[in-house]
Amino acid sequence: MAVLLLAEVSDGKLATDAVSKALTAVKDLGSVTVLVAGQCSEAAAAEAATLEGVAKVLSAADHGFSRMLAEPVADLILSIAGDYTHIAAAATTNARNILPRVAGLLDVMVISDVTAIVDADTFERPVYAGNAIQTVKSKDTTKILTIRTTSFDPSAKGGAATVERLDTVAMSDLSEWVQNEVAESDRPELTSAEIIVSGGRGVGSEENFAIVEKLADKLGAAVGASRAAVDSGFAPNDWQIGQTGKVVAPNLYVAVGISGAIQHLAGMKDSKVIIAINKDEEAPIFQVADYGLVADLFDAVPELTEKL
Amino acid sequence: MKVLVPVKRVIDYNVKVRVKADGAGVDLTNVKMSMNPFDEIAVEEAIRMKEAGKATEVVAVSIGVKQAQETLRTALAMGADRAILVEAADDVHTDIEPLAVAKIIAKIVESEQPGLIVLGKQAIDNDMCSTGQMLAALLGWPQATNANTVEINGDSAVVAREVDGGLQTVKIKLPAIITTDLRLNEPRYASLPNIMKAKKKRLDLKTIVELCVDVTPRLEILRTSEPETRQAGVIVGSVEELVAKLKEKGIV
Repeated sequence: MAVLLLAEVSDGKLATDAVSKALTAVKDLGSVTVLVAGQCSEAAAAEAATLEGVAKVLSAADHGFSRMLAEPVADLILSIAGDYTHIAAAATTNARNILPRVAGLLDVMVISDVTAIVDADTFERPVYAGNAIQTVKSKDTTKILTIRTTSFDPSAKGGAATVERLDTVAMSDLSEWVQNEVAESDRPELTSAEIIVSGGRGVGSEENFAIVEKLADKLGAAVGASRAAVDSGFAPNDWQIGQTGKVVAPNLYVAVGISGAIQHLAGMKDSKVIIAINKDEEAPIFQVADYGLVADLFDAVPELTEKL
Repeated sequence: MKVLVPVKRVIDYNVKVRVKADGAGVDLTNVKMSMNPFDEIAVEEAIRMKEAGKATEVVAVSIGVKQAQETLRTALAMGADRAILVEAADDVHTDIEPLAVAKIIAKIVESEQPGLIVLGKQAIDNDMCSTGQMLAALLGWPQATNANTVEINGDSAVVAREVDGGLQTVKIKLPAIITTDLRLNEPRYASLPNIMKAKKKRLDLKTIVELCVDVTPRLEILRTSEPETRQAGVIVGSVEELVAKLKEKGIV
């Protein structure tokens, strides 16, 4: 059996955390080939080659793949799909955009957000916002998987895989990239952060989010938000944690002014330690928190920031 | 331009999900069902396109059990012009896989010839997030998933997509697939007069037999189980106590 693992690359850099966790998930299935797509992908390909468990790296350096648009990248994967029994990727927004398209082209189902691999055909995945876990057995010849990275540890470094160039050129003219609006931040990336401080509707405004951000900066943490906070315009969309946003599992998750709706819990309940600060003692977040503090966040959070 | 909007009937997002004790799935008997929230956003977006003169007709389509007619009536009450129901299951517990749904919609596209298909980025029951992309693949059309804003300009659309780092804007040729994210719009409530009017709008029934689509599942669901539950911890009395506990456990 052979696995093709699509690498997540942003700005020419390998998203090592996501790729190495997805690698851990799939490496027992067979020989793993990592596909790195996009111009300037040489550095990312070289980085991927150092991950233990990678047999080969394919680098498709055509500029047409640089923005990871679904149409050209799906065509690229399709052109080499015949060599693999499994095609996988970390469940990033790119992979969730591209791999179902590949599945459609191959006439197979995609298996999204895999949290455990039972055997070569059998996988576990959450449904209903994580309120149920399904074990599914695929009857397709090619299995296409997106991997929920919070369920797997990163692979070690120390490998020395060969890197091969693919000369495939992006031909699709169905879509074109216009621009990215990416917030510059010195904080850790949300899905790989060790600590996350998250704010909810209780924070009350975009300005008040500074309280949450100060605590995050004191802890060297990433900043997250509940859907309610994002919908209210207090925080940008890429901070959203939950069923329809990002799924995280840091060592420490601090929930500030978050009530704990089911769809939010779906995105953070696998965190190792959860702290909740909320003035409503009935808030469901306290049912999953290791440490709960019933208090006004506007008093408690600045005090916590000062005392840590 | 005709806009096709596929909608799914799912468990209402406010209902607490109960896993059956025998591991055979989630209990949907006598449970409140509603339109998938992301599909409501899709219906709203299509109606706004019509109101802005960018679309001429909005056709809602649902694939599932007979009762999905109610979901289609909701779309009609919001402002869709007509609806198509493809009956593909007898039991509410039968979830048609995204690949099969995409194949059925592709058949509908052959006869309806829409210029755009807008659908939710995910259904809140199976959380697969894949129907739109699979449909785009089957039709050979471009796709813009997780739409935050959509602008139709003649034979193309400019879509800002919600991605991991922020927003990515792409320009896609029409006909195309767009899937909706939460911030695209706020769906309207149907008014009582419009609910009454919706009852008179055209709703066509089709079957998978007449569409000649094989909906045999590719994934066999071996079992459905409860996730591990977390135990509630302790309530601390003050920030000082919290800090002391965290230091004691070596967390900070």
